[in-house]
Amino acid sequence: MAGSNPNAKPMNLTLRVWRQPNRQTEGRIVDYKVKDISPEMSFLEMLDVLNEDLLHQGQDPVAFDHDCREGICGSCDLFINGRSHGPEKGTTTCQLHMRKFKDGDTITIEPWRANSFPVNKDLSVDRSAFDRIIQAGGYVSVNTGGAPDGNEIPIPKDIADRAFEAATCIGCGACVAACKNASAMLFVSAKVSQLALLPQGQVERATRVENMVAQMDIEGFGACTNIGSCAAECPVGISLENIAILNREFLTAKAASNNLA
Amino acid sequence: MELLSKAPEGPLAEKWDKHKFNVKLVNPANKRKYDVIVVGTGLAGAAAAASLAELGYNVKAFTYHDSPRRAHSIAAQGGINAAKNYQNDGDSVFRLFYDTIKGGDYRAREANVYRLAQVSVNIIDQCVAQGVPFAREYGGLLANRSFGGAQVSRTFYARGQTGQQLLLGAYSALSRQVAYGKVKLYTRSELLDVVVVDGQARGIVTRNLVTGEVQTHASHAVVLATGGYGNVFYLSTNAMYCNATAAWRAHKKGAYFANPCFTQIHPTCIPVSGDYQSKLTLMSESLRNDGRVWVPKTVELAERVRKGEVKPQDIGEDDRDYFLERKYPAFGNLVPRDVASRNAKQMCDEKRGVGASGLAVYLDFADVIKRTSAEAVSQKYGNLFEMYEKITDEDPYKQPMRIYPAVHYTMGGLWVDYNLQTTVPGLYATGECNFSDHGANRLGASALMQGLADGYFVIPSTIGDYLAATPPKPVTTDHPAFAEAKAGVQARTEQLLSINGNKTPDEFHKALGHIMWEYCGMARNAEGLKYAKAEIQKIKKEFWTNVKVVGSNDEMNQALEKASRVADFIELGELMVDDALNRNESCGGHFREEYQTPEGEALRDDEHYAYVAAWEYMGENQPERLNKEELTFENVKLTQRSYK
Repeated sequence: MAGSNPNAKPMNLTLRVWRQPNRQTEGRIVDYKVKDISPEMSFLEMLDVLNEDLLHQGQDPVAFDHDCREGICGSCDLFINGRSHGPEKGTTTCQLHMRKFKDGDTITIEPWRANSFPVNKDLSVDRSAFDRIIQAGGYVSVNTGGAPDGNEIPIPKDIADRAFEAATCIGCGACVAACKNASAMLFVSAKVSQLALLPQGQVERATRVENMVAQMDIEGFGACTNIGSCAAECPVGISLENIAILNREFLTAKAASNNLA
Repeated sequence: MELLSKAPEGPLAEKWDKHKFNVKLVNPANKRKYDVIVVGTGLAGAAAAASLAELGYNVKAFTYHDSPRRAHSIAAQGGINAAKNYQNDGDSVFRLFYDTIKGGDYRAREANVYRLAQVSVNIIDQCVAQGVPFAREYGGLLANRSFGGAQVSRTFYARGQTGQQLLLGAYSALSRQVAYGKVKLYTRSELLDVVVVDGQARGIVTRNLVTGEVQTHASHAVVLATGGYGNVFYLSTNAMYCNATAAWRAHKKGAYFANPCFTQIHPTCIPVSGDYQSKLTLMSESLRNDGRVWVPKTVELAERVRKGEVKPQDIGEDDRDYFLERKYPAFGNLVPRDVASRNAKQMCDEKRGVGASGLAVYLDFADVIKRTSAEAVSQKYGNLFEMYEKITDEDPYKQPMRIYPAVHYTMGGLWVDYNLQTTVPGLYATGECNFSDHGANRLGASALMQGLADGYFVIPSTIGDYLAATPPKPVTTDHPAFAEAKAGVQARTEQLLSINGNKTPDEFHKALGHIMWEYCGMARNAEGLKYAKAEIQKIKKEFWTNVKVVGSNDEMNQALEKASRVADFIELGELMVDDALNRNESCGGHFREEYQTPEGEALRDDEHYAYVAAWEYMGENQPERLNKEELTFENVKLTQRSYK
C-alpha cells in the first residue's frame, strides 16, 4: 500500500527555479536545495516546503499560481524539466507527486514561456488572453430566464459525450507552453468544437469561430503546424481532433462570411 | 436590531411569486443608471454578474483569481439537484423542499428552501441552453443519479465534473457581458474592506495582487459571492485560496454572521498522508451510490490490516462490517453526510479504522464491478478513480478506496433576509457565503443548486427592491468613508509587514486548524470548546507579535496575502467556537457530545434552539452580541431525523 506507506524514503533534491521580480525586470535561474522530501508529497507541497524555508530565512518565497490542487481549476502552470506540468502524462502540476522523482534529482522549474503569457512574478504568468478569446465568442447567447425545458433539446449521447470531452479543457495554457509556436489552437478548438457539436451552438456557429480565431491572432499566439505536442502535453487529454474540427469550422465560416478581413 | 426575514406571508407555494410581484421594479431605462459590484466569480457570483448585466445594470465583477473560471465551484464533482421528476419516481418541488429541510435538521428558513426547490428546475433549463454538456441517456434526454439524503433520482451531472461544466457555463455568460461592456472585470483583485456610507453599502476596497495597488470602487449596491470559510480548519477540501476575508470584513462593517458553527464534514475524502499535507481531496458522494462502506469486524483484524499483513480484498464477507448498511437499512450507504461522517469517526474511535494511520474506512467497488463491469464504473466515475490513483498510488478498481471525513462546506455565513440582503442595507450575500438554505447540514448536490439559484434567479429579482428606493445618481469614491477604509487597509498591511517575527502565516494557520478540528470539528463538547477559545486567543495574540512576512506591499506578495487571510480566520474561528458553545443541542453537522440519543444520533432541542444565531460584531476584542431569528415551521413537522 504505497499510498499509506510510512517507510517511503525521503529525498534530497536540487531545484533550479526561475526568479523574476516583476514583468519589467529580467529574470534568472536560481538554485535551491530541498531536503527530506516525502515521495507522497505533491509537487506543489514540495514547493511549499521550499517557500516555508525561504520565508524563515527572510527571503522572498517563490511566487506560483495554484488553487484547487485537484487538477481541475487550471491555475497551476509549471514548466518542469522542459515539459508542461512535468513528466507524468495527463497530469496537472498539482497532481504530480514526488514519487515520480528520485533522490538526488535536479529539477528545473520555469513559467510558461509565451509572449502572450507575460510573467507577473517568478513562475506566475498572465493568461488573461484566454479570457479575451472566450469573450470574443465562446458562449451561446442566451439570457437568464426563458430557456426551454432541458429535455426539449434531445442530444444523442455520443454527441453529448464528445461535446463533454471538449468541454473539459481547464484553460491552464499547457498547450501553448508545449508548442514551439506558442499556438493556442488546442484551447480555442476545444471551445469551438464543444459548441459546434451541440444543437445549442448552431445559431452562432460561424461568427463564433471567426471571432475567436481573430482574437487569438490579436493576442499574438503562434500558428499551428500540426506537431501535436499540445495534445500530448494536455493534462486533461483534449484531443487533436478538435483542431481538425476548428479548421473545418473556420474554413466553412469564412467561405460564407461577409467579413472579408 | 430585530431580524426581519421578510419572508412573505401566505401559502408556501405562492410566496415567491407573490414576493416577485410585490417587490419594487427598476424601469429598464433606469437600470443603466445603477452600478452594482459583484465580488467573487464562482457559480453565485458569475451567475449574478451576468444576469444583472443582462438586465441592464452596470456591473463590476471582482475575483482574486487570474480568471473568473478558476473559482472553487469548478471543483464540485457529483451533481446538481433539481425537482424535474424526469425519472417518474415521485419527485416534486415539495419533496425536494422537504428533503432539504429535513436534511438540514430543521434549522433553515422554510420560505427560502421552498424557493430554492422551485427555481431548481429553471437552473437546469438555463444551463442546458448555455450548452452545458450534462450526462444523457441513449434517447438523448437528460440522465439523473441519486445522492445522499434522498430516495429519488434528481441529480443532474456531467461525469464527475459537474461544477466545472456549470461554472464554465456561468463564465461564458459572464464573458459575453464583458464583451458587451456591461461587466467590467477585475481579476487578481482581492476585497479587503466594504465601504459603508450613511449606513448603506456603497463600495469596496481592493488590493491588486500583482502590483499591490489599493483601490476603492463605488456602487449603488454590493453583492458578495465569496464562498465559504472551511479553510478555517487549515485542511479542508476547499481550494488553497478560499478564505473568509470578504465575509469577515463585511461582518466587521455591520453584517451579522449566522450559525458559524454549522460546518459540513464530508464523509468521503482521501485521508491525510503526512504533516506536509496542504489540502484534502474529496471523492464525490455519488460514489456512495455504488461503493459500499466497511471496516473489519474486529479490532484485531483491523490492526493486521493497518500493519499491511492483510489486504482488504482478501478479507471475507463474514469479517467485514458494512456499518452504514447495518445501522441504516432504509438509506444504507446513502445516509446524509453528517451521519456518514460521524459513523466513520466512530469506527476509527473503536480502533477499527484502516490505513497506516487507522484514520480511514473502506469504500469498496468490487460488487458493482462484478455486477456490471469495470468499464461501466469508469463511465460514471472514471476521473475520480484516476484522481484517487494519482494521489494515493493505489488502483481503486482492484482494491477498495480508503476514505475519511474532511471539512468540505460551511452552512453558516452572513445572515441574509429573503431578499439575500445582509443586515447592512445594499449589501447582499449569495451562494455559500450566506447562511440561508441548508440549515445545519447540506445535502449533496445542493450547493451548486443554491449558488446558481441565488445568482441566476433570486438576486436579479430582489436587488431591484432596494435599488428602486435609491436615487439613480452617479456614485463616486469622494465620500471620506472611502479614504478612511483605504487608509485602514493600508495601515493593516503595514502592520503585517512590520512585525517581522519568527513564524510563517502557514504555521499559524496550521495551529488554528488543529484546534478547530480537534475541538470544533466532527464532535464538540463544552469543555473542549472553552479550551479552544482560550487557545485561539493565544494564537491571535502571538500572530500579531510574531508573524513573519517579507517583501513589500508594492509587489506580488503571496505571504502577505496569506497572512491577511489567516488573521481573519483566527477571529472567525473564535466566533465559531462561541456559536458552538452557545448551541446546547446537536443538529446536523453540529454534534455536541452532551446531546445525543442513546443510539448516538444527534439530539435536537427545538424548544430552545429552533433559531438562527446571528452574531453582531461589537468592536475589537469585545464579545459579539447574539441576535436570534426564530424559525417557524408551518409546512413540515419537526421530527427526529431517521434514516433507518
